[in-house]
Amino acid sequence: MTTRLFGEPVQRREDPRLLTGQGRYLDDLGQGAAAAAFVRSPHAHARIRDIDVSAALDVDGLIAIYTWEDLPARVGQPLPLLIPHPALTHGRTALPLAKDVVRHVGEPVVMVVATDRYLAEDACALIEVDYEQLKPVVGIEEAVQGAQLVHEDVPGNVGAHLVQEVPSTTGTSAREAIEGAPHTLAFRLDIERSASMPLEGRGVYARWDGTDLRVYSSTQTSTSVRMAIAAALNLPLPHVEVIAPDVGGGFGVKIVHPWAEEILVPWAAMLLGREIKWTEDRREHFISSAHERGQVQHVRVGFDDDGVIKGLDVTILHDHGAYTPYGIIVPIVTSTQLLGPYKIGAYRVEFTAVYTNTVQVTPYRGAGRPQAVFCMERTMDKIARHLGKDRTRVRAANFIGPDEFPYDQGMIFQDGRPLIYDSGNYPEMLRMVKELVGWDDFEPAPNRGIGVGCYVEGTGVGPYEGGHVQVTSDGRVHVSTGLTSQGQGHETVFAQIAATELGVPIERVSVVTGDTRRFGYAVGTFASRAAVMSGNAIALACRKVREKALRIAADALEANPDDLEIDDGLVHVAGAPAASIPLSTVAVLANPLRYAFDEEAAKATQFSGAASPDKPPVAEGEEPGLEGRDYYSPIRSTFAAGMHAAIVETDPLTAEIKVLRYAVVHDCGRLINPMIVEGQIHGGVAQGIGGALYERMVYDGHGQLLNASFMDFLMPYATEVPHVETAHLETPSPLNPLGIKGAGEAGVIPVSAVIAAAIEDAEGFAIDRMPISPSELFDLRTASRPAQGTAQGTAQEVSRRPEPPER
Amino acid sequence: MQPYEVTLVVNGTARRVRVPARRLLSDCLRHDLGLTGTHVGCEHGVCGCCTVLLDGEPVRSCLTFAVTVDGREITTVEGLAGEDGMSPVQRAFAECHGLQCGFCTPGFLCTVTALLRDNPAPTDEEVLEGVSGNLCRCTGYQNIVKSVHRAAELIAEEG
Repeated sequence: MTTRLFGEPVQRREDPRLLTGQGRYLDDLGQGAAAAAFVRSPHAHARIRDIDVSAALDVDGLIAIYTWEDLPARVGQPLPLLIPHPALTHGRTALPLAKDVVRHVGEPVVMVVATDRYLAEDACALIEVDYEQLKPVVGIEEAVQGAQLVHEDVPGNVGAHLVQEVPSTTGTSAREAIEGAPHTLAFRLDIERSASMPLEGRGVYARWDGTDLRVYSSTQTSTSVRMAIAAALNLPLPHVEVIAPDVGGGFGVKIVHPWAEEILVPWAAMLLGREIKWTEDRREHFISSAHERGQVQHVRVGFDDDGVIKGLDVTILHDHGAYTPYGIIVPIVTSTQLLGPYKIGAYRVEFTAVYTNTVQVTPYRGAGRPQAVFCMERTMDKIARHLGKDRTRVRAANFIGPDEFPYDQGMIFQDGRPLIYDSGNYPEMLRMVKELVGWDDFEPAPNRGIGVGCYVEGTGVGPYEGGHVQVTSDGRVHVSTGLTSQGQGHETVFAQIAATELGVPIERVSVVTGDTRRFGYAVGTFASRAAVMSGNAIALACRKVREKALRIAADALEANPDDLEIDDGLVHVAGAPAASIPLSTVAVLANPLRYAFDEEAAKATQFSGAASPDKPPVAEGEEPGLEGRDYYSPIRSTFAAGMHAAIVETDPLTAEIKVLRYAVVHDCGRLINPMIVEGQIHGGVAQGIGGALYERMVYDGHGQLLNASFMDFLMPYATEVPHVETAHLETPSPLNPLGIKGAGEAGVIPVSAVIAAAIEDAEGFAIDRMPISPSELFDLRTASRPAQGTAQGTAQEVSRRPEPPER
Repeated sequence: MQPYEVTLVVNGTARRVRVPARRLLSDCLRHDLGLTGTHVGCEHGVCGCCTVLLDGEPVRSCLTFAVTVDGREITTVEGLAGEDGMSPVQRAFAECHGLQCGFCTPGFLCTVTALLRDNPAPTDEEVLEGVSGNLCRCTGYQNIVKSVHRAAELIAEEG
């Protein structure tokens, strides 16, 4: 049996329990716990005049009703602003329960606890909140006008404003470079809101035993939720444990913490002395968790006859919703990742993050990159069209060369560190994607188009993750890491790493993630970082264990540790398999015992003769047990990359859009498990297709989310997602021991750009706003007819496709 | 709220339970009978996570009141495996990486089990049609479709 499992498509260790109904998701826990439910604001902007709970008091099974007035000072203060930034001059976060003003539909106002959820909702329905409605601010442009304010003390609704300039190597500014360029283009791009929308919503379940608080949360960061709860409830950290059980998808939204419910549910559990659980329902998830994507971008670009960009000036208006708990990470990522695989002569990017009376905006898979890539790739296509050049040639003319790494983009990335790309091979990747999709052989035809999109994704951001590896005397290997899992297959890939590093069968390895009882130091699962961060930390911890195992085995075998190998859980002298000792016995010897509880343990007791009587049983500098702990803290992020291409067909009559081919070339460094990486890509592309063609958050002028259900928010079913063809390029990262880069977000990032490019190619007019529905495409067709004017939004664009046939 | 006594034959076992008229079958299975493998993703009948087999046919347990299925046979994900272990459909999903977070999976498994019983060798189109009432946010469906074909093969091989 091989134990070299790194790189193999190993079947997932998670699957047997998830396939048989034995998973443990949040709402599967705490059967019999009291249930919490929330009265949430029906208005986007209103002042609370009065809350009358009297009618609810007679509800059978009611346990408690809480408003902000009931909360102690620590609990009632604004939720933390998780990522402060000097440019976020007016950061604002919500109160756990609204006090005087509500700022979006769905903001929690009253918490009810009852013996079950049905009864808790009965009570909620009887609570009367008297509101004085205020005029809401909806939409980026209304926010920018600043006529109405979301927060009275935030002038112009501007939460943050940041300008970043990277002059050319000769010191020319972007604006000067554009003025001096042979060609210039200016245009506007729009991207609408979508959301992570995991099929399991949020949820919190808390147990208090008088001394210790245990909280389960459907979160992407249990360690940080733990610290937030300990701080808010003034509990000593060792008395708080937080566990992320099986989590039914995250995609970014569950990295936000602490949610109001993550503070309120444990607080009430302590106060009432009983177990309490809150399980989010779908409408709550739509109106009270988080959204992302909404941006307006104004672009100016100057370039030469070959399409080489001399200067790029992008102004971004970013809709931050009502609050900024996650800081301005999303627009920072957009600003920096916009550069993609390109060397831009001179770059200026300015963003203004504005408040609106809508659900707050925090990262959703891709986290600002889909908007960035839409901007840059639309720019590349417009340059190509302006010059009459092949779109891939214009991209190639701007690529960073394979010999130019590490490549410094001259900016500060989301981790506060220089935006320096570690490795990559963009020309090869472009060649591969062109070959995969058949770019050069594509036959233009009416209503058929082809598009391509390139991206670079900063993955594996710090500050650190850790791993703990313990070999027990039964030969089993127990791996734990603090970050959480939401379906990425961490139990499998981390077991592959441990099995490979330690030379043990994977069946003997078990992995625990997201449980602070097992590992207390961690950051969380986001930014395609888990494999890079915890994978490397676990590998380093395994190497410590391996070294110790070889040292102990060398003693036992009277051999030199350098001559030893571990295969199939057996430590043996290289080339002499007979001279061997099982890792299980090494684990026994690593822990000198007084008491024997079985035959193996007897080998480590005081009269067994295993230890030299002239040395302390645990040597100086050693610790008992065959275990190791290590951390991986990178100097900066790794940079994965990918290129996607698609062929679409649009219906000449109905404007229905069909994706005929979808090709992905992906480089995330060394692959731990190609099956899992492919799965991540498939899922990302599907979310990208949703974002390109179907998903949007439709707010009316009153700030009501009109499509807050799965009936109306159109996530793709199997019938909407194209078959994805994939190819991999592996340029290892030089930054970490395993040479890996992240893969979690990759699939979603360029999809809107690629689909827009292909539709544009099919139709002959500019596609500058995503998502695009058949009706919108139909309207664009109508508007693009020569008799009725030029293409919307981009006066410079020239139609090069024949008009669709007359109807 | 007046409770009603109903008997549900769940995974072959008669289970007697007292429920209010408004109790959803999904909540009854999960919280009254402790069968938490059936998941609830939207509670308005769109996502398909809560799909169970009612007398063999897939239904949304979140759109079904428990009191309306008194005496009926219900199969949940917990009842799909046989004495020899996981069913061909379950094994195919594992083999083809047809699941990631696993939350939608029980609904897919119940749906596909009924699909392949009625149509043991579905075409690509029929598979897409067959699973087009279930949402998955993780997999992009490609490996789910592959899993269904693989399950059909396994069922055919094993007779």
